[in-house]
Amino acid sequence: MRFRQAIVAAMTDEMTADESVIFFGEDVAAAEGPFKTSEGLLDTFGPIRVRDTPISEMAFTGAAVGAAMMGMRPVIEIMFMEFLGVALDALVTEGAKMHYLSNGEYSVPMVVRASCGSGLGFGSQHSQTLENWVAATPGLKVVQPSDAQSAYSLLRASIQDNNPVMFLEPRILYAERGEVDTSLEMELGKARMLQEGSDATVVSLGNMVNVAREAIKESGLSVELIDLATLVPWDRQTVLSSVKKTGRLIVVEESPWSGGWGSEIVSYVASHAFSALKSAPFRITAPDVPVPYSGTLEARYVPTATNVALALKEAVKENKVPQPWWITEGVSK
Amino acid sequence: MSTSLERRNLLKTSESKTDEIACYERMLEIREFERRTNELFAAGEIRGTTHLCVGEEALNLGLATVLNPDDVIAATYRSHGIALAFGLSPRSVMAEIMGKSTGCAGGIGGSMHMCDSSVGVLPTSAIIGGGMPVAAGAALAFQIQKKKNVAVAYFGDAATNIGAFHESMNLAAIWKLPVIFVINNNVYGEYTRIDLSTPIEDLHIRAESYAMPHAKLDGMDIYAVQSGMQEAIDRARRGDGPTLIEAKTYRFSGHSRADQALYRPEGELEMWQKRDPILVTEQALTKKGLLDTAKIEEMKAKAVATVDAAIVQAKSDPEPTAKDMFSHIFTSQKVG
Repeated sequence: MRFRQAIVAAMTDEMTADESVIFFGEDVAAAEGPFKTSEGLLDTFGPIRVRDTPISEMAFTGAAVGAAMMGMRPVIEIMFMEFLGVALDALVTEGAKMHYLSNGEYSVPMVVRASCGSGLGFGSQHSQTLENWVAATPGLKVVQPSDAQSAYSLLRASIQDNNPVMFLEPRILYAERGEVDTSLEMELGKARMLQEGSDATVVSLGNMVNVAREAIKESGLSVELIDLATLVPWDRQTVLSSVKKTGRLIVVEESPWSGGWGSEIVSYVASHAFSALKSAPFRITAPDVPVPYSGTLEARYVPTATNVALALKEAVKENKVPQPWWITEGVSK
Repeated sequence: MSTSLERRNLLKTSESKTDEIACYERMLEIREFERRTNELFAAGEIRGTTHLCVGEEALNLGLATVLNPDDVIAATYRSHGIALAFGLSPRSVMAEIMGKSTGCAGGIGGSMHMCDSSVGVLPTSAIIGGGMPVAAGAALAFQIQKKKNVAVAYFGDAATNIGAFHESMNLAAIWKLPVIFVINNNVYGEYTRIDLSTPIEDLHIRAESYAMPHAKLDGMDIYAVQSGMQEAIDRARRGDGPTLIEAKTYRFSGHSRADQALYRPEGELEMWQKRDPILVTEQALTKKGLLDTAKIEEMKAKAVATVDAAIVQAKSDPEPTAKDMFSHIFTSQKVG
């Protein structure tokens, strides 16, 4: 099934299993979602549990917090991750704090689904991944699937979780097809070891997992590929043992060069597996620019399989840290 | 030691009838609590900040008596009076302000963050507008669960200028949620008089934009609060949707501990002090023959002793441990 259908399937199965699961957002009910991620939900579960909201992210994100505290399991949809900007208070400052500030008396089992990422020509304000907005918020889990299977299994796990979960869906993957085993459970906080290898470890997230997979193939090297899947809390153990085995770490991420989540991974590994490292760990990222619109430029913005493959070869064969393309090409510092 | 729920129930003689003397007694307790809190801050015995609710006791008690303990309120950082009125003990509130482990949030929250699920006090928010969508969401849960409970969003006058106010009002109106938005119009938003930040005097008329019933009431008079709120609560419980209530009060203190409120027009505070909610209640109860001078003095002395005992206790209460800091980040269980 397609990635977007895996989302629908996970929603359907959770709403069937637990009637406290409710779903609301902009155009998610009657219109079945602008990306068709809620096809059939209104018909199946009715207008009490599946609702269209006004264009009011602040109100409906906060309402999810309040409903969750009173025993519901709300799932809400933020159409484009950027729209969460006007509702950050509700999620980060209210939702993620309620359990802590109530000394454990209230819990907030809610999921904020949001489409994210570049590649479809939506321009600067509709194309960022923005994990870094939410990743440094204790009390909030952050999840990002990379294929239809993980979209299904991780969304179910997120809805069943008793904490607020930010569930980021790479928009470019909605139409992609993949096998989905609906009996396969995935645990939040557990990375996926997608392929084993001996030359290096690549850690990635979201659609960059697919780019990395292609790059590894192109490079002809034996590389271990880890899909982090959950960014908060991230699976330190799996990453650390892999790097201890391969001796090299390369993080491939769609976020900008500065302030991205990959810095956290590199920093932890450098501190805790230093003696196992054969060469310096590094990140392959987007440049420090807003996402450009032009198709030519947007294709350069995001790490490509070819770029990543070249970097892998340099790292493994020459023990080098490759410079980002914008430096080697002299277009920026 | 009585529980928060028992202390809440002390305010009632029966399900529908308020114990007027108990309410007056609780108002005295809040007034004395805030006086001592102010002193403790000035003496450097409490850290951080504090926002006193002196002058708002009638509104606090009015809300605590018209709501049931299984209704919920999403209130603000001006939280001590709401917490005490809704049933929290002076010790648990003072211990919270002092950051002690016996505080209502285990010393994790501080002055701005009161909470007690047993009497429906959601964690009070230190963000202007933060509680309004949350209250709407709690009301949504009640509606879906077919419960008769209501949620109250309680906030200051200046919060009517923030986006969350308008978004929450609109959402509550189209979904007919059992929520009552209560503006505590105490005339000042932080250091700014409301007429300098807002082009209208009666803030409740903003409900017109959302086709929502609205009313104003005298927030210095507990009886006016009770009767004004009752209609809104009945409407919500009937399933007829939200109401916006504007309670006219006055903030007798500055915004927070650092603020001496030197910006007040001359004579304004004195004018409002004639409408001091404690004075208004005293006069009403005396007229009814329920109070006299001797009884008033006796009750005031009792409030002094109660609060003093709470402070002594809170001071000697234990500090939270480092482990407590890590206790409630994530949960494996659904609670609430």
